[in-house]
Parts: sequence; C-alpha cells; structure tokens
Amino acid sequence: MNEQQALTPLAAGGLLDRRAFLQRSLSFSVATLVSSEALATPENGREPWMEKPGAPFSNYGEPAAHERHVIRWTMGNDKALGNGVSWTPLQNLEGIFTPNGLHFERHHNGVPQIDPKQHKLLIHGLVNNSLVFTLEDLLRYPMHSCYCFLECGGNSNAAWHSEPIQTAVGYFHGMASCSEWTGIPLKLLLDEAQVKGRAKWLIVEGADASMMQVSIPLDKALDDCLLALYQNGERIRPENGYPMRLIVPGWEGVLNVKWVRRIHLAAQPVMARNETAKYTELLPSGKARQFTYVMEVKSLITQPSFGYKLPQPGIYQITGLAWSGRGKIAKVEVSADGGKTWLEAELQEPVLSKCFTRFRIPWQWQGQEAILQSRATDETGARQPAREHLLAARGQHGYFHYNAIVSWEISAQGEIKHVYA
Amino acid sequence: MCMPKLLLIVGLLWVTQAQAESKVPKLGKPAPKELIARWDYDVFPDGTGLPEGQGTVAQGKLVYQQACQSCHGVEGQGGSADELAGARHGLTDNPPDKTIGTYWPYATTLFDFTRRAMPLDRPGSLSNDQVYAVTAYLLYLNHIITADMQVSAKNLASIAMPNRDGFINVYAHEER
Ligand code: HEC
Repeated sequence: MNEQQALTPLAAGGLLDRRAFLQRSLSFSVATLVSSEALATPENGREPWMEKPGAPFSNYGEPAAHERHVIRWTMGNDKALGNGVSWTPLQNLEGIFTPNGLHFERHHNGVPQIDPKQHKLLIHGLVNNSLVFTLEDLLRYPMHSCYCFLECGGNSNAAWHSEPIQTAVGYFHGMASCSEWTGIPLKLLLDEAQVKGRAKWLIVEGADASMMQVSIPLDKALDDCLLALYQNGERIRPENGYPMRLIVPGWEGVLNVKWVRRIHLAAQPVMARNETAKYTELLPSGKARQFTYVMEVKSLITQPSFGYKLPQPGIYQITGLAWSGRGKIAKVEVSADGGKTWLEAELQEPVLSKCFTRFRIPWQWQGQEAILQSRATDETGARQPAREHLLAARGQHGYFHYNAIVSWEISAQGEIKHVYA
Repeated sequence: MCMPKLLLIVGLLWVTQAQAESKVPKLGKPAPKELIARWDYDVFPDGTGLPEGQGTVAQGKLVYQQACQSCHGVEGQGGSADELAGARHGLTDNPPDKTIGTYWPYATTLFDFTRRAMPLDRPGSLSNDQVYAVTAYLLYLNHIITADMQVSAKNLASIAMPNRDGFINVYAHEER
C-alpha cells in the first residue's frame, strides 16, 4: 500500500484503511498544526520540574495530579448511600484493562468491611462433604487467571429511553470493566466437597448487609467459574469483593457474587429477588425473559465520543471496545455515515475470549456532519443489533441486556452528540 | 478468557489431569451442622428453608409502619425506594407497572428477601414472626390475601402469585 492509497477513503464519510496509521503521512499532518505557543520553552531548555529533585518514593502509587478528573461517576440512593452504582469512565481509558480503582460498582447495601481472618467460605447442600474454608486455606490452592470483562445486566439501560441521553459514554455504558482475575477454579472446591448427582444449581451468597444471593447452573460452575482472590495482580479491592468473589466469565455481572461466603448446592434455583423481580426482562407480550445469563456481543466507540469536540478537520483515530459473553470478537466494523457503509477496524492483539477487545480505525474528517457507529460480530457469528431491531424484539421495558449499536453525531463544528440512528 | 495453570502443567511436564488434581491440597474442614443452620437463609419456592413462625396482616401493618414506611412510603407507594404495592395498570401497558402483585412469581421470594436484606438500614433486626407479618401485610396490599389472614411456614409456599407463569426460562432454551 502506498501513501496515496492509504489516504484514500475506503468508505463514505472518510474512513481509511485500518493499516493507514502505519503510514508516515498521517503523523505529518499533525506535526504541522502545533502552535508556536505550545513550543515555548525556558532559555536553558529545562522545565521547572527539571531544576529540582523530584518527589520521593511512595508506598502505593496514585494517578498523576492532572488526571484526578478521571473518576467513576457514582449514583447512590439518598436514603441509603450504599445502594446504587458507579460507572467506569470508558471515555478516558485506553487499552483493554480497567484500573482497579475505576472498576464499576453495583452494591445493594454498601461495601462490607470484612476482616479476612474472620471470613469463611461454606460449601453445603447436595454434597457428600459440607466444607468450610478459611482464606489462609484458599491461598494455598493452585490458581489460574481469567482475563475477562464484567458487565452489569443493567448496563446501558438509559438507551432504552425514547430520547438519547447526552452524557459521556462511560456514564451510561460504563457498568462494564475488564480485569485479570486470579483465583481458584471453582471446580476444584466443588470436587473436594463431592457434589451429589441430583444437584443442578449453586445458590451463591455474599457477606454484605443484603446477603445478596443468586442461583447459578452447576454446568457453568464446573466449566469456567473462578473463586477470585486477586484483581489485576493485587488482592481484590473491598468494593470488588474483598477478600473473595465469584467470577462467571461472560455472564451478567450480578452472578459474579462479591464477598462470597456461602455456596449451597441444590436441585432447583432459589428464585431470589435478583433473579425474579430484578434482572429479568419484561417483553411487550407481558411475559418476562428469565435466566438471561450471557452478555451478548457489543461494541462502542470510546473516542471520539460525547464530551469531546473535534478541533479542526483532519485525521482522527476512531477507537473503542468490543466484547461478547459467547467467546472472541471476530470483527468490528465502523461506519462514519450512520450505517450506510461499513469498514472493518483493526483488532488490537490479544483478542481473548469473553474479554474486552480494543479496535481502531483511522478517519479523515473533512468538516462534514457525520454519524459514527461500530458494530461487532463474535466468533459464533452473533452480530450486534441495530437499536430498532433490538427494540422490535424486546420492546422498550426490558431494562436489562441492552447491546445495540451506539451512534455519535458529529456536527459541522465538530461537536459530538449521542443520537439514535 | 481463562488459561488454567493445570493445562500448562500438563503441557510442560506431561503429567495427566488426574495427577495435577491430586496436587490440590484439600484443606476444607467438615462444616458443623450448627454453622450451616445459622448461615443458611435460603428459602425455595416449595417452602424448603422456611423457619418456624407466623404473622398476621394486622401485625404486619405495624411492622411496616415502624421499619419500612420511611423508605417505601405509605402502603408501599411514593417512597424513595422501590414501590411495593399499588400497581395501577398491568404488564402490557406503557409503561408497565411491575410490583409484587403484578410481577413477582413466588411469595417465598418476598420472605427470603425481606429476611436477608430488609430493613435496609438495620438488616437482621426483625424476628421471623415479624418477617412473616410484614410479608402478610405486603401480600394483602397487593390484593393476594385478605385482611384477616395469617402467613406462616405452613402456608406461605402455597399462596398463589398472579404472575406465577409469567417467565420464560431462557437458559433452559439455549442450545448448549
Ligand atoms: C433505609 C431505607 C429502606 C428501609 C427502611 C426499607 N427498605 Fe426495602 N428497599 C430499600 C431499597 C433502597 C431497596 C432496593 C434494594 C436494591 O437495590 O437491591 C429496597 C428493596 C426492597 C424490596 C424489593 C423490591 C423490588 O421490587 O425488588 C422489598 C420487597 C423491600 N425492600 C421490602 C422492605 C420491607 C418489608 C421493609 C421493612 C421491613 C423495608 N423494605 C425497609 C430501602 C429500604
């Protein structure tokens, strides 16, 4: 590919070949735009922080002072401060892993302050051996890592509303985060307890003030569930389940019980409030979908997105995240003309199953109005639906499991709005 | 994406899965019956797990006013927390009205959830009798039982909820 070809839009709206970033011509156009003010420098060439010793060591690092605006947005109930959610600021992040302090939260009644020496895990019910484990015991077990996204079943629920919400992408799609979770395959502990043949379900409960519990099919538990003790290398943070939580790869967030202390093997689901009254999706027929575990294929553009303004026409990188609870992302297509034409984006390696996948594609914006969209397909062939198709299938009152295409409208001035297109 | 260390071991050292599993330390200790009984709060739709106890609608109204009303409002409506009663229309209306009476499939869930999680500001503060009573009151407010009824370990599971058959088990229908 020569430079001329690289800069020839391959789709309407100015999308360029995904390999075009490798071409030198793209970086040139940016260099010519740097103003002389930005290049001002002290006479001796040393910035102030280069003229005195820097700060000393710290026991636990923090984000740069100038990055303190990158935060979770929290929304708690006035009468119950520990009841609510906080969102990951996807618009401010790059790569695929979420910093631990920015992982989304959903708590039903606050973050318990657990003494790890007192905490125990009980496995009982339809097992030959009812067992209790201490944390000290569990730390001696063989461990492995799951690189996987966690997404709340209620993520993106604002998108069911008739009017598109105007807020940053993380603040309505950011109940999704991604980490390396390390811990003990649940199968090892279940085998030790010797599950009886009649058992079909696990009722898993947390040690929080709401004793949050849900039912999980035994098949899934034996397949790939993890009792996680570590998140991105360090012990799990209190708000993410310290000292231990369940990881149920690819399935809705509520099943990934935090602060887990009890696993009850049973022949039937318990029909907990959070699998009947909530986390079920009412259809237009009046029936509701229940046990809708898999988080279906989804993607969204994180840059450029709401809250940014394109300063001038030129070349931009469109980037975002894609994921599927069914496996790997096979491809992500991007459109700059509201879905009339699509071009495949580059998937950044590694592309892992049930994990965030970062996609990128260059775009030449010529100052025209545009609508940016992304559409993911996973390895099973499942493709992210258009919003109108999702609504046609589910109605508008399902609340949970929204995975439709997200659209950003760019005005001629470079302002970005969330639209339904 | 999961990469079991076991598999790596299998690949590198050519040991079998069975051998690898025998390396599990097996440190679980037998769980005392007493501990299980104290910890197990699960109440199943068939009534398994319900503790001894009972309560009337009238008793439940008092419990509700003292322990629930501040957040859930008078008679389960108009509070800061979820509406617990007073649906004015059905599940196919726009917007639909999802409450205990119109949506919840099992009465046992109401007992289970209230006992484990409510009142939100003082979870665990109610006796089993009080939980039965407030369950009775909420079922009454939702027109499921009459004002003179008592709810107990014996009859709760048999109370029929209007939306009992309103759910489609999507997992059971998935191809695997
Ligand atoms: C301090 C405020 C507060 C008090 C007091 C309180 N609740 Fe709640 N209640 C909540 C909140 C908040 C929720 C939502 C919890 C969640 O998000 O998991 C809730 C949820 C519920 C639900 C589930 C509703 C649904 O549709 O899913 C029931 C049932 C309930 N409460 C019953 C009670 C009862 C009975 C009492 C009194 C014994 C009570 N609550 C006292 C705040 C309160």
